[in-house]
Amino acid sequence: MKGLVDIYVQQFKTTLASQLQYRAALFIWLIGHILEPLVFLVVWSAVSRSNGGSVGGFSTGEFAAYFIVLMIVNHLTFTWIMFEYEYRVRQGTLSFALLLPIHPIHSDIADNVSYKLITVPAMLLVAALLGVAFHPTFRIVPWAVAAFIPALIMAFLVRFLVEWTLAQTAFWTTRVNAANQVYFVLALFLSGQIAPLSLLPAPIQVAAVILPFRWMIGFPVELLLGRLTPVQALTGLAAQAAWLAISLILLRIVWRAGVRVYSAVGA
Amino acid sequence: MPHIPQGYIWEVATLPAIHIHDLRKTYVVSEREAGARAALKSLLHRRTQEVPAVDGISFDLAAGEIVGFLGPNGAGKTTTLKMLSGLLHPTAGELAVLGRVPWKREKAFLRQITLVMGQRNQLVWDIPPADSFELNRAIYRIPAADYRHTLEELTGLLELGPLLRKPVRNLSLGERMKCEIAAALLHRPQVVFLDEPTIGLDVTMQRRIRSFIADYNRRYGATVLLTSHYMADVEALCRRVIVIHHGRLLFDGELSGLVRRFTAHKTIVVQLEDCEADLRDYGEVISCTDGRAILRVPKAETARVTERLLADLPVMDLTVEDPPIEEVIEQVFAQEVT
Repeated sequence: MKGLVDIYVQQFKTTLASQLQYRAALFIWLIGHILEPLVFLVVWSAVSRSNGGSVGGFSTGEFAAYFIVLMIVNHLTFTWIMFEYEYRVRQGTLSFALLLPIHPIHSDIADNVSYKLITVPAMLLVAALLGVAFHPTFRIVPWAVAAFIPALIMAFLVRFLVEWTLAQTAFWTTRVNAANQVYFVLALFLSGQIAPLSLLPAPIQVAAVILPFRWMIGFPVELLLGRLTPVQALTGLAAQAAWLAISLILLRIVWRAGVRVYSAVGA
Repeated sequence: MPHIPQGYIWEVATLPAIHIHDLRKTYVVSEREAGARAALKSLLHRRTQEVPAVDGISFDLAAGEIVGFLGPNGAGKTTTLKMLSGLLHPTAGELAVLGRVPWKREKAFLRQITLVMGQRNQLVWDIPPADSFELNRAIYRIPAADYRHTLEELTGLLELGPLLRKPVRNLSLGERMKCEIAAALLHRPQVVFLDEPTIGLDVTMQRRIRSFIADYNRRYGATVLLTSHYMADVEALCRRVIVIHHGRLLFDGELSGLVRRFTAHKTIVVQLEDCEADLRDYGEVISCTDGRAILRVPKAETARVTERLLADLPVMDLTVEDPPIEEVIEQVFAQEVT
């Protein structure tokens, strides 16, 4: 354990140092993460206003709160591994990772977390500005705020492990982008990014409960906004834990099979 | 102290560092003809072809040996090195490094080996090598005292002092290579695979890296398997060479034996007064300038020709030499394996 902590500390140092070399790129990514929820926020605010100030239990101010929190949660949990992995496999840079006596996922986690550390201040600043512009209404429920922390950490881990596992498709196909596209469209609808899930048709809500997407983004957002009962919160945390276990097992299986393919065709 | 049976110790002590027996690696490559029709057809019915990259080679390396691994491009050298370092899964055959199966990539195995590829770099591009070194210290779990000691040693031997704090992208190719090698050796691996470690470097830098490899081998008793296209590397470092071609073993033995076996000629250099005399009678005249004539004669006739030269001509100096190693290797590679 002490060894692993040491590795993470060193990884943070190197990734922080190398990411700070590309400040412009960092902020271009960031702009994308602000614009997307902002578009939905503007749309839903307009819909709510024209509908007499509320839609399906969300007031205009609650929509603002939802999308501002969503923006932060989405930013904190997102990964870019699915875009990057194919390059590693094609260019063979993965070979260096395979020579090291450590699972390559650790350096990816460290890389991701250090990017978040750098960009979070900017994100919070943007959230504050949006707050001034859109007047969100927050209902602070202390136990829900406390439960939000583990929910956010599990959301990050589930999303990271699922996307890391999906990235392994690069071992089998060169058409990774097509697979990614399917995933992102599903995630957009089923995670609560396009609209709060309670506003979507019943079949989609059922799918959202079964699939992992809601547990990656929508659930912690709803929790922080005080929209869940204690039972719903506990069930959600349990669902996250279950997905964490499932994704860990999947990752192990897919990674092993993938490395076998990689080492058969020429690393 | 636990009881260890005597036979066990004996076995470990005599185990070769690297053992390969009838090792094979066949790549399956999909093939198709050019054109849209062929592309469509290949969608439905994929034709594949098996390409043997390594075709049944066997050798052992004892602990502490430095061996040159030679062969033309595409001979299967890199494929073999990748199998030995656990990156590639062999198609068939036996393979053990330090008694372990490489492709299982056990941590205990990975901590004892290293692979340096001269054409690729492993150091993080945007940060100074010192930071990458620290990361390797953590990943390989090198105790702090050992790390300081090894780093100091490597810094001294490779003259890394001024380079450690510069971002890697600001280093020259040679400087970067020195840092790459240092990074790969911080954990003091017992088995070192070097794939073209001096490629693209100038002569001085090549010499420095060469002497460093020899030094590392002496200091730590590490086993080194080295590929290089620079024969100077091989001559300076390796007593033993293994030559492969088309994935098959062509020669395994002392470098001098390679020369003996694959050259049918010797070079005789005679110093005469001038180049007036007709030497064609003695052998093939390669050149003659200022009375210094270079003759190529069949190996079996060397003694006789030498004798005749000494008897017939006013010879001031005469030496018999093996042809340069580059030439020998060229001849070896030119041979087809049967």
